[in-house]
Amino acid sequence: MSFKPEYRLILKYADEPGYTVDIDCYLRHGGYQVLKKALTLDPAFIVQEVKKSGLRGRGGAGFPTGVKWGFINHEKNTKPVYLLCNADESEPGTFKDRQIIYKDPHQLIEGMIISAYANRAHLGYIYIRGEFAKGAKILEQALAEARERNFLGKNILGSGYDLEIYVFRGAGAYICGEETGLIESLEGKRAYPRIKPPYFPAVLGLYMCPTIVNNVETLCHVKHIVDMGGEAFAKIGTPNNTGTRIWCVSGDVNRPGYYEYPCGAITFGELIYGVCGGIRNGNKLKAVIPGGSSAKVLRADIKYKIPRKKADGSTEIVEMGLEDIPLDFDTVAATGSMSGSGGIIVMDDTRDMVECLRNIAEFYAHESCGQCTPCREGSLWMKKILDRICRGNGRKEDSKLLLDVANHIAGRTICAFGEACSWPVQSFVELFEEEFVAKAKKEDSMEILEPVER
Amino acid sequence: MNTVEKELPQLDQEFIDEVNKIISQYPVSKRSASLPLLHLWQEHFGYVSKEAVEWIAQKLELEPIAVEEIATFYPMIRHRPLGKYQFKVCRTLSCALAGSYQLFEHIKKSCNACNEVDHNIYQSSDGQFSVEFVECLAACGNAPVMMINEEEWMNVTKDKINEILPELSKKQN
Ligand SMILES: NC(=O)C1=CN([C@@H]2O[C@H](COP(=O)(O)OP(=O)(O)OC[C@H]3O[C@@H](n4cnc5c(N)ncnc54)[C@H](O)[C@@H]3O)[C@@H](O)[C@H]2O)C=CC1
Ligand SMILES: Cc1cc2nc3c(=O)[nH]c(=O)nc-3n(C[C@H](O)[C@H](O)[C@H](O)COP(=O)(O)O)c2cc1C
Ligand code: SF4
Ligand code: FES
Repeated sequence: MSFKPEYRLILKYADEPGYTVDIDCYLRHGGYQVLKKALTLDPAFIVQEVKKSGLRGRGGAGFPTGVKWGFINHEKNTKPVYLLCNADESEPGTFKDRQIIYKDPHQLIEGMIISAYANRAHLGYIYIRGEFAKGAKILEQALAEARERNFLGKNILGSGYDLEIYVFRGAGAYICGEETGLIESLEGKRAYPRIKPPYFPAVLGLYMCPTIVNNVETLCHVKHIVDMGGEAFAKIGTPNNTGTRIWCVSGDVNRPGYYEYPCGAITFGELIYGVCGGIRNGNKLKAVIPGGSSAKVLRADIKYKIPRKKADGSTEIVEMGLEDIPLDFDTVAATGSMSGSGGIIVMDDTRDMVECLRNIAEFYAHESCGQCTPCREGSLWMKKILDRICRGNGRKEDSKLLLDVANHIAGRTICAFGEACSWPVQSFVELFEEEFVAKAKKEDSMEILEPVER
Repeated sequence: MNTVEKELPQLDQEFIDEVNKIISQYPVSKRSASLPLLHLWQEHFGYVSKEAVEWIAQKLELEPIAVEEIATFYPMIRHRPLGKYQFKVCRTLSCALAGSYQLFEHIKKSCNACNEVDHNIYQSSDGQFSVEFVECLAACGNAPVMMINEEEWMNVTKDKINEILPELSKKQN
């Protein structure tokens, strides 16, 4: 299969030989020029440009960044505004923010300063997952360099604008990636997510002040939007799916890795067979998790009904196999799954889907913060049931039981972790039910006690 | 200087300066410095003791329980000394597909980590090595992935482990 060349906007320099993380290298490559330009613009104008660009959040939810920024009414607001960079990168299958932090930290910092300026924030934090110990050091060093050159601190480049940014390290809890959990953690508490509404960070965030939380990749895009203008940016990708995305591929492919393409420019088939060199050991593709482990799994041998806009503006429904689905936000969402954080996990036909789900379920059982009963208990029960099946003690009613538990979590919890832990179970069981059934013991192993009806 | 600092003579001026520098990064609320200070303590002393919690609480003018509750929430914060070399092997899907469970068993066996000292954490009798599973380390394209203390290792093989272990053992003497 043909090999589509990458289009690298965010990762333009990251892997260039000789490109280093120090500020001099960044400056030699045109670094901080966009910041200089931004500081001459009206903050409201930058927000407008970001709106025009159509940029959608790269942290997973795909929420329009300009719209989020627009939620803060600067005419009325009297409280300080904070900007937080979500560098928790904890969704299994995702490793894109790592590339930026470890290889091009100043791009993130420049994007962050511009975003802070646009949102009139004077204090920002980069919340980085604790395991990125080296990444945190790189960022701290980069921030110190930026401070030295007056890209940070008081009266930045004579503009009258002040900003400080610090690094805050998490300590191994997935839930800190959820933006309100992140805020609680940064306030020095357990990372218990807050209920949205009313606690949308843009309204009541850090220290109960308006706060913008954006993903690492999102903040880097802002730099390029200010550089080329919102309209030019919107021409990259497809309508409503603008800009590039970094797709992280792992699992059973020959060349796992991260690849940057305009949204919608490449299909799963082109990515897996062309870019990633096909399935390892000459095996066949069985299933793909398209957007981090919480996204619903997609099956290679079934057809998906995808709505597609025709030239005359009307919409038609087309049947597509997994391999023909283009990678963007909307088409992947139309399959019932999501492109989420861009973490694509590939499984070949030698894989036991019950085992794979058991692995994922163990992750969620470990990571539930424990605030909501359905999530805390449900995630653990799903893991226990799957453990039992994998130990050879499956029962014929297990798939129904798993679905029953999963269906009682999603929509009944404080944060989207509830969905994150039930979607894999729902989709694996629905799409691969035969594998769950095959694992049931032939004889009825145990008497099942039914609750007494009152 | 407050009394607790005097009771803990190992807290040298450099450490105190570092503490104050960290606190200064949270001008709105000192409480925000709790987790960073727990990190700092662990970096210096290997784990977070009861004294650590009390000292940090006093420094930040908090009730000890406020620090205790976060020390017990975050998996990276340790409450007991572990191996000098701590192997943290990624357990999650992409690494599992690439053989991380087999790798885990191999490491455990190779460094004789057979005492379960904490939930699912295994340590060798000489205290040099501990081995545990952790969740996704955000390097899934280079599976299997692990950490030795704070250092990340990618595309790890059993051969690589066989190479590293003698070197680490040599270093201890
Ligand atoms: N990158 C990673 O490692 C991970 C990513 N995720 C992703 O996270 C997603 C869920 O994230 P959530 O933050 O719960 O999604 P969400 O849809 O609640 O919010 C998305 C963003 O828009 C903002 N927003 C939405 N409506 C708003 C309103 N009315 N007023 C003000 N702000 C508003 C939110 O504050 C947030 O920043 C999932 O789709 C999943 O893909 C999940 C786990 C890990
Ligand atoms: C359980 C859970 C974990 C999350 N983890 C992350 C994460 O690690 N990184 C991230 O950027 N967003 C994560 N998010 C999404 C954030 O809540 C939020 O939507 C995002 O940071 C907003 O930034 P964006 O608009 O730039 O995407 C997570 C959400 C949930 C529900
Ligand atoms: S849904 Fe789960 S992770 Fe989210 S707040 Fe509730 S218990 Fe915590
Ligand atoms: S699954 Fe091991 S690093 Fe992500």
